[in-house]
Order: sequence, then C-alpha cells, then structure tokens
Amino acid sequence: MFLISTEPLDPAALQRTLADAHAGACVTFEGWVRDHNDGRPVLALDYEAYAPLAEKEGERILAEAREKFAIVGAVCIHRVGSLRIGDLAVWVGVSAAHRGAAFDACRFVIDETKARVPVWKKEHYADGDTAWINCATRGDHAAAVKS
Amino acid sequence: MITVHIQYFAILREQRGVAGETLSTPAGTAAALYDELRTRHGFSLPRDRVRAAVDESFVAWDTPLRDGQTVVFIPPVAGG
Repeated sequence: MFLISTEPLDPAALQRTLADAHAGACVTFEGWVRDHNDGRPVLALDYEAYAPLAEKEGERILAEAREKFAIVGAVCIHRVGSLRIGDLAVWVGVSAAHRGAAFDACRFVIDETKARVPVWKKEHYADGDTAWINCATRGDHAAAVKS
Repeated sequence: MITVHIQYFAILREQRGVAGETLSTPAGTAAALYDELRTRHGFSLPRDRVRAAVDESFVAWDTPLRDGQTVVFIPPVAGG
C-alpha cells in the first residue's frame, strides 16, 4: 500500500496493517521535518504531490521491493500539506520473516521514493525566504526560488 | 492543432500562476509543448531537469500528444 495523505500519519495504526503470522521482523522508517537544511534555519515545509502518479509510481516501488527482497508486507505513506518542525512527513514499514530483508527493503523503499515519486518540498526559512528543493537553476537562481 | 489539459505542480504552478489550464497547441510532442510553455511563461527549469507525464503515466519526451490528453510536467522531486 502506497498512499499520499492530507491527514497526519498514525505510525501505530500503520504498523498494525503489517501484522502477519509469517513475519518475524518489522523495520520502520519515519521521515521528520527538521529545523535546518544546508545550514539554513527552517521554520516549516509545504509538501505537494501529483497524487495519482505518486501512488502509481509508489506501488511500482513496493512491487520492486517484493521482487528483490524476501519480505511479507510493505507500506509507505507520504504526507502532503503544510508541516511544522517535528511533524511526520513519510512513514515506511516492511515486515519479513527475517530482519535482513526487512532492513534492506525499508532502505530501498525510502531511497526510491525520494528519487522517483512526484512529491515536492518547499522550505520556509527563518529569514522569510522560501525555496523548492532541488529546483534551483544556475543564473536565475534568485528568480527561480523566491516567491 | 490539438487541445490538451495541463496541470501544474510546485515551482511550475507558481511560475505559471495557475494550477491548470486547457489550451490548443500545435505541439506534436510533450517536448514541444514544454518548450512552447517555457518560452511563453519563463519557466526557470530547462527541459532536461523535468519529466513529462501523460494521462497519469510517465512518458518519453518524444511521445506524440493526442487531442484531449492530460499533460503534467514533473519538476525535480523532493519527497521524504
């Protein structure tokens, strides 16, 4: 299950969806909003997604994880909207018979999600500036990232 | 000319000033459409930093566009 959520995430409820008698391990990853990036103080983040394609690409990543690793279940949920420092932005959970596959698959899912899923992040800095992450361009940097 | 629906996200939405539009275009491919819109609206991202999606699937830039399709240009992603 890969979902984009406009509502706050509930890790305990999500983890219960992975419960399975075949599973002897469960590895979870939580991505939190932190108060700095590249040396700049960050006050808040806006996340935005192209939800239909994000969920389709996310399901593809989970299918790849099931092919590559001996896992039982895999779930990833990504928040969208305005988030504050400390908020949970993304949750990944993987269950498997043994811990090795669960650790490896969890890492794979979060890495591929960050690289491939159409989700965007706008940082709001303490000095009032904002920037869409990874979207700066040489030459017109200031015009591109200020709003 | 074909008519296509365009949805904008993130930096492209801000630079275009709207979340979506329907327009007639002579563009035969997603690449030609992005180039047309970039020239018209001054998008900062060059095409090689962007991906194209048609009707909710990623496509190659040279994929022919057909009347009535929904096109989304995907700026560099930053989830997590």
